[in-house]
Amino acid sequence: MMPHQTPTLFKSLFRPTLLSVVVALLLLVAFVVLAAPLLPLHDPDAFLSSDGFVPPSGEYWLGTDFLGRDLLARLLSSGRVTLGMALLSTILAHLIGDTLGLLAALRGGWFDAVVSRIVDVVLSVPKIIAGLVVLAVTGPSLVAIVVLTAVVYAAGVFRISRALGQDLIAQDFITVARARGEGNRWLLFGEMLPHVVMPLTADFALRLSFAILFMSGLSFLGLGVQPPMADWGGLVRENLDGLQIGSWAPIYPALSIAVVSVLLNLFVDGLQEREKKEGGV
Amino acid sequence: MIRFIVKRLAAGVVLLLVISLLIFVGCEMLPGDVAQIMLGQSASPENVAALRAELGLDQPAPVRYLAWLWGICHGDWGVSMTSRQPVSVMLSERLSNTLTLAGLTTLVSVPLALLIGMVLAVHKGTRLDRVGTIVIVGLCATPEFLVATLGVLVFSIHLRWLPAISYVTPGSGVLTLIKSMLLPLATMTIIVTAQLARMTRAVVGNILTQPYVETARLKGAGSVRVITVHALRNAIGPLINIIAMNVAYLISGVVIVETIFAFPGLARLMADSVQARDLPVVQACAMIFSASYIGLIMVADIVAKLFDSRKEPGASA
Repeated sequence: MMPHQTPTLFKSLFRPTLLSVVVALLLLVAFVVLAAPLLPLHDPDAFLSSDGFVPPSGEYWLGTDFLGRDLLARLLSSGRVTLGMALLSTILAHLIGDTLGLLAALRGGWFDAVVSRIVDVVLSVPKIIAGLVVLAVTGPSLVAIVVLTAVVYAAGVFRISRALGQDLIAQDFITVARARGEGNRWLLFGEMLPHVVMPLTADFALRLSFAILFMSGLSFLGLGVQPPMADWGGLVRENLDGLQIGSWAPIYPALSIAVVSVLLNLFVDGLQEREKKEGGV
Repeated sequence: MIRFIVKRLAAGVVLLLVISLLIFVGCEMLPGDVAQIMLGQSASPENVAALRAELGLDQPAPVRYLAWLWGICHGDWGVSMTSRQPVSVMLSERLSNTLTLAGLTTLVSVPLALLIGMVLAVHKGTRLDRVGTIVIVGLCATPEFLVATLGVLVFSIHLRWLPAISYVTPGSGVLTLIKSMLLPLATMTIIVTAQLARMTRAVVGNILTQPYVETARLKGAGSVRVITVHALRNAIGPLINIIAMNVAYLISGVVIVETIFAFPGLARLMADSVQARDLPVVQACAMIFSASYIGLIMVADIVAKLFDSRKEPGASA
């Protein structure tokens, strides 16, 4: 990356572009979800009314859920579960996928062949089906869900980082560094990593949105986070019966998932657009 | 070309065998004795031993794996642990329901998505493209259950046009059948069309920037002719691949949609069996879904190869 790009990056983040608006909104979501315990809200686990599905009012802004708990408070607390678990598993997926992918590109040979074949197998099973089989065996524990999501998405990350790595290997500066006698560790972290940070950031945001959708889907099926804990998918499941009486209780959590996922996708699009304009790496 | 097809078929079979092994080994790792679980804690040791023998659980694992695989090849999927019915009986009716839903979705969404994607690609950079792309990106990122629940809220609760739950009972009239399938079908179609249209726009957009398309334009070909004659022929390969890839969305969509609408399909059966830990049924469903996925991708690879004009036919991949 050329040095004169830093001020452009700085400026472009503060110019009111779509990208900066999207970033601001994502930060706002993160802030609200994290600050929820400090906000003057009802206790998300307290049974406040004897009827379920109380319509929205001044007291309960989004109404109550099927057991008479405040929906807004539950929406925020379950948002912490959804976003936290998705973030954790995406970080894991990238740690596994990037390390293996760049190493496979760098070393080639049997290592590349073996990991690539394993990834082929993982990618040839539909993710939700793999998830169902694994959870049938392990049962729905939080650790199982996070690890499952990480492994399933690490395969896709591996493909991308391996391809990025192979493009780099063909370039002169790697050959030069090799000729200098640099070891694999320096090549990996000193030479290759700085060049793949931008595309991998974009991939990270995209995977995060996939992970949110995937985990919410599992919870919606009753195979993810188990009650009394809930994430957004679980909230949709719990309140699904409310639909029959016209309650919006299952719509809000579903909408939250959609909003975060759309924001992440717009973030990726904005990032790539900017890359293109500035003719990045 | 024939060599390529044979090679691709063999790779598909090997992949399926590996997956069957993974599914089998995974289910082997389940703690507890299956016969004991089936009969409950109070069962006498003799009964448990008898059931173990009946289910073939007293055989070593490799023998059971081969027996299971042999059974699958003959349409024998074992016996359900909860209903004690042969799995094949449980599968047959569910399978046809899911195939109908998936088939109809494909039939509607593929032409629709190709049309939308191409129109957007041709009008790249215009307001139509920008608005269309935002809508499509939005829909791609939307979970199936938002589309489905909004659909139920509007069309079954407020307008009362369609049933919220699709009980497909044999013998009900065609109109009831269509009505009960409409909401699941619409949900699936919206999601799959958005995914497919997004990728179509990217693929066709890429091809339209190629030099030969430019040449055709300079020679005076209209944009319809450029699309249909010049661009589409080279887009068929990648597009077919994309359509096959979308089967993945179809499968995950089908699991969620069948659950929301209580649609008696294969995916619903699988999700229920996972909760009941009815492993023979889970294994069977997983194998069917994986096999259809691998099979479709394989067919797509072969068709894409047939239409790829850049490579010499007969050259191996």
